[in-house]
Amino acid sequence: MLSRTAENLVWVARYIERAETMARLLEVGARITMIPTARGDGYRSEWESLLQASGTAAGFAEKYGDPVERNIESYLFFDRDNPSSVVSCFEHARENARIVRTAISSQVWDALNVAYQELRQLERRSRSEVEMTELTEWVTRHVTMVRGAIDTTLLRNDGYHFLNLGFALERADNTARLIDVKYYVLLPSLDMVGSELDTYQWQTLLRALQSYRAFHFAYGGEIGARKIAHFLILNGQSPRSLLTTAEKATYHLDCLGRDYNKSGLPQMRARALMNELERSSVEEIFNEGLHEFLTRFIREVGGLSKAVYDTYLSGVAR
Amino acid sequence: MTEHFNEMYCGGAVREPYARLENWTNAMPAELRQMKQAEAEALFRRIGITFAVYGEGGDPDRLIPFDMFPRVFTQKEWRKLEAGIKQRARALNAFLLDVYGKGEIIKSGRIPARLVYQNAAFERAVMGFTPSCGVFSHIVGVDLVRTGRDDFYVLEDNCRTPSGVSYMLENREIMMRMFPKLFRENRIEPVDGYAEALRRTLASVAPAKCDRDPTLAILTPGHFNSAYYEHSFLADLMGVELVEGPDLFVENGFVWMRTTEGPQKVDVIYRRIDDAFLDPLCFRPDSMLGVPGLMDVYRSGGVSICSAPGAGVADDKAVYTFVPEMVRFYLGEEPILQNVPTWQCSKPDDLKYVLANLPELVVKEVHGSGGYGMLVGPKATKEQIEVFRLKIQEQPENYIAQPTLALSTTPTFVEEGVAPRHVDLRPYCLVGQDVQLVPGGLTRVALTEGSLVVNSSQGGGVKDTWILAE
Repeated sequence: MLSRTAENLVWVARYIERAETMARLLEVGARITMIPTARGDGYRSEWESLLQASGTAAGFAEKYGDPVERNIESYLFFDRDNPSSVVSCFEHARENARIVRTAISSQVWDALNVAYQELRQLERRSRSEVEMTELTEWVTRHVTMVRGAIDTTLLRNDGYHFLNLGFALERADNTARLIDVKYYVLLPSLDMVGSELDTYQWQTLLRALQSYRAFHFAYGGEIGARKIAHFLILNGQSPRSLLTTAEKATYHLDCLGRDYNKSGLPQMRARALMNELERSSVEEIFNEGLHEFLTRFIREVGGLSKAVYDTYLSGVAR
Repeated sequence: MTEHFNEMYCGGAVREPYARLENWTNAMPAELRQMKQAEAEALFRRIGITFAVYGEGGDPDRLIPFDMFPRVFTQKEWRKLEAGIKQRARALNAFLLDVYGKGEIIKSGRIPARLVYQNAAFERAVMGFTPSCGVFSHIVGVDLVRTGRDDFYVLEDNCRTPSGVSYMLENREIMMRMFPKLFRENRIEPVDGYAEALRRTLASVAPAKCDRDPTLAILTPGHFNSAYYEHSFLADLMGVELVEGPDLFVENGFVWMRTTEGPQKVDVIYRRIDDAFLDPLCFRPDSMLGVPGLMDVYRSGGVSICSAPGAGVADDKAVYTFVPEMVRFYLGEEPILQNVPTWQCSKPDDLKYVLANLPELVVKEVHGSGGYGMLVGPKATKEQIEVFRLKIQEQPENYIAQPTLALSTTPTFVEEGVAPRHVDLRPYCLVGQDVQLVPGGLTRVALTEGSLVVNSSQGGGVKDTWILAE
């Protein structure tokens, strides 16, 4: 397979994953604005931290200045100046797919193309008649259709593994950044435990990761910092945990290694990451410092992405 | 008003090849026709066959209008066209081999040296080089028009990278899908062997240094190119990689493509980019589309490039006039297909005639394409004619002129039902170790009543083209 084709496929998946993360962030943001503050002087605002979590705070500040809800919604969903907005993500995903049309099934192309055409219709409607929930549900639905088409119609060849590698790498990065933005609410600090603030913040985090209900299934009982940290980082059942993403990356890299009869640095790095998470405990992570741990993890994922690039996408490694 | 040959109705009677189509249209009520037309459009959009028009802005995914009324040729008509096109393709290739070699045709005085050696499409970089099998132009698109029952003229030759073949193939697919019954009632030669024939042609011209099953690739300028769909379509049908310049690199005297399993050697490149962009070291240094060092590998026999760099000198509109002479000189045969009589504005006598008769003539730029920079005298306003008169006087060598041909018409679906519209035809001749032609071609139709301009970049449409079996 052409290296560029593989790279396009990785990006199709990354953009789709990113679009979903953006939509979830928007949903959480909108939800929180409906909850009154404890002090009774208005409504809560999580917009600042959501902009940070999405990595778009700087771009937003430059364009708009103060985080006003309406502007943030436009910026995260519709704005083409924001390379991570939902519209940008879908557009890039479709464009990457168009370039490698012959490497994907017509069903996958259809799912991406239909989403893109509908998005252009959505853009034409006046903003005042479109509810944020309608938009975020739209994203979830179409992302699910794209994933479904990939899963049910693609040959399990190298192209399939590169797509899934893209999903895994992007999700690992997104989850880690989301936790990092809220890392302080998970820290065991006596004076905050059990406060109303904590509960809201924790729920926010779980909702942002589409894991609120899943969490209750997995743990039951009271929500607590340790449980949440475990669920989002070390639980192999949680679909967005760091361990799950590392397992997924390792699996698809191993498949590539088998298909190509050659394994190397990417497989080693992915396996090392997975093994570390498997052996780790919440205590160890808190001892290292949650923020320090996440910073290191994000760097490791970056290193893994680079190894993938050097080995497969540059096309010169022999 | 000139009388135009109608390919279906001749003196009130239906011509034989169209016999079964009369019932077909008569039996199709307007609602059904509109439904089918919408279905066809949805199919095209779904498959993604789109065509961007340069400099127009607007929808980047524009469709070329597809007319469902097929155009039909008898086997006898086709055999004459086929023989004529193959003959022309052989002569054009012989000419290219000659002008980059000994230049016999110039020494014999049959064609002016200036027209060849000072031609913008002449590539000094390949002088003295003989490509594999002696072939320069591997895909020759010959544009034909018809003016009477037995009268066909060659409008122009395309020796570089003629486009549109994906429409020939997809038009047929869509017609077969929508009107299966028609294909059972009419015995129609299939066109779907084209991709396989193209693959064999490309493989047959693998370079001398290739000692195994050759690896083929299509080189595209990229996904912003208006014909990108066609490039990826052909790559898919042939099962070869579709590469862009940065996917290739030169090392140890060969061309390699970057793959997920490391570098892979490429033996034959079917390029869909212009000469000027092939190799920044040899041609335009500012080009990002090409592959640095490609021409060195090419000249040392490490890779074949189809069509060969420099092939464009044979399809220039001024060189066109001499193609019948080429047929006689290289093949010792009489041309089967006629040229349109052409006046060279660079010749004083011709220029005088052209300027005196502008309202009757079609004037073209020597290097123009896509129907741009063209004057159709009988359809032009006085002002347009005067503008052209000045342009021609300023740079006479830039223009040629031809009589306005009475282009044939075929029935075409229009708003009010069925009406005659002007058409042309572009078959695609493949030249490798063999010379072959898939029975069919792309029929382009001028959808505007009375218009003679069929170019898709100017609102022309396309039709499925049938060659009936014996």
